[in-house]
Amino acid sequence: MEHFKNPRNMGEISDADGVGTVGNPVCGDLMTIYIKVKDNRLEDIKFKTFGCGAAIATSSMVTEIAKGKTLEEAMKITRANVADSLGGLPPVKMHCSNLAADALHAAIEDYYKKQKEKEVKK
Amino acid sequence: MDYTAGKPIDDRVIEAMLPYMRSFYGNPASLHQFGQEPRKALDEARTKVAELINAEKKESIIFTSGATESNNMAIKGVAFRNKDHGTHITTSNIEHMSVINPIKYLTTRGFEATFVPVDRDGLLDLENLKHAMTDKTVLVSINYANGEIGTIQPAQEISQIVHGKKAYLHMDATAAAGQVPIDVQKEEIDLLTVSSNDMYGPKGVGALYIKEGVRVEPLLHGGGQERGLRSGTENLPSIVGFGKAAEITKKEMQAEGERLAGLRNRLIKGLLEGIPYAFLNGHPTRRLPNNAYVRFSFIEGESMLLSLDMLGVAASSGSACTAKTLEPSHVLLAIGLKHEEAHGSLLFTLGKQNTQEEIDYVISIMPSIVERLRAISPLTPEELRERCTPRK
Repeated sequence: MEHFKNPRNMGEISDADGVGTVGNPVCGDLMTIYIKVKDNRLEDIKFKTFGCGAAIATSSMVTEIAKGKTLEEAMKITRANVADSLGGLPPVKMHCSNLAADALHAAIEDYYKKQKEKEVKK
Repeated sequence: MDYTAGKPIDDRVIEAMLPYMRSFYGNPASLHQFGQEPRKALDEARTKVAELINAEKKESIIFTSGATESNNMAIKGVAFRNKDHGTHITTSNIEHMSVINPIKYLTTRGFEATFVPVDRDGLLDLENLKHAMTDKTVLVSINYANGEIGTIQPAQEISQIVHGKKAYLHMDATAAAGQVPIDVQKEEIDLLTVSSNDMYGPKGVGALYIKEGVRVEPLLHGGGQERGLRSGTENLPSIVGFGKAAEITKKEMQAEGERLAGLRNRLIKGLLEGIPYAFLNGHPTRRLPNNAYVRFSFIEGESMLLSLDMLGVAASSGSACTAKTLEPSHVLLAIGLKHEEAHGSLLFTLGKQNTQEEIDYVISIMPSIVERLRAISPLTPEELRERCTPRK
């Protein structure tokens, strides 16, 4: 509830190093996570979410957990971690925490992809 | 403001019920003196429910366990009893699950069904209804008014079409009865479902009106109560309560309906004018007096419900995120809304205890709730993003 009422790290990063969007507004959930990477660590992370209360809370929670972690550590954050940190979620809401972890991973993968492209250009 | 989900029982109804739990516990079927008062009470309740919908006689009312049983009895009962005359059933695509699922069940038992679409306001497409009916059609089942979008169907026009094709018309009036006047004789309705709780009576009791001469197979076989159509000892306290609720409703419906329609219009106007990208679901004028259903683009219904709940307001949403599936309401999809539009719908159903101060409170808190959720949402267009910059 606290993370729904006062979500942390809500917003966008205009010069993000990686952006991950998962979900589909058709199903009632769409989540975008923006990351800023420095020295292989998540220096900044922000989210935007269209979805139910649990979706907003899990987005907020995943950004809290991931902030400051290395990319490898962040990739290991699981769906269960997110739900546990919120004190558990009812079964029907578990897809929300799936979405939050997936969005984070998508953002990191996007970062890796962009790094490779940069190297190719060099 | 979620009266459709459950209504309080009127105090006068509770008072009327109490003697039938404390003193008059007899069985209406008993010939001895303990059965006499219950039998009289059963008759009176039947008369009151009959009067509410202007049934030709009280015997046309069969008491059931509620709207779900009444709908099942009407649909399966008419289909099974009349299958010599035809095996086709017509209905709309905005019916309650207790209409849709019995019909779907019948399609696994040798019957065929056609679901007629509605327009963007939720009104049944009458031309389409004509074309959907065949020589084999025995029953047409249409809601009198839809409990979710509030749209009231043109009962009389529908019954003319149905009877022109020599089929029976069943109408589910669960949401309508007690809110708008119903006259089964004038509107020529063959079977009508009525629920007690929807008119501030107890839960677990309802009725099916069956016009004289309409042949129906019972669902429950046993001791032959309710003219053999619904066996089982009558749930007398609840039936007495239902009768009392029907009596009160008949007297107070007009004044209360006008009061609620005033509040409803104030709420709809306040929300549509106070919030950009807000739209009304359902018909603008042909709608139940207690129904205000508004959708807000770019955000999701349940997050609005939670926000309202924190501020002490109960409402309902068109999003099924809380249900077992992620599909939004089939009714909203049937009126042509996209999935993301349906998800952003918020339903207020007003009732006896709602006041103008409460309406104005909701109108005052909704803009900031919507603005906050839009600031979180990635779908918000540029124009709104500037207006909804997150506050620290």
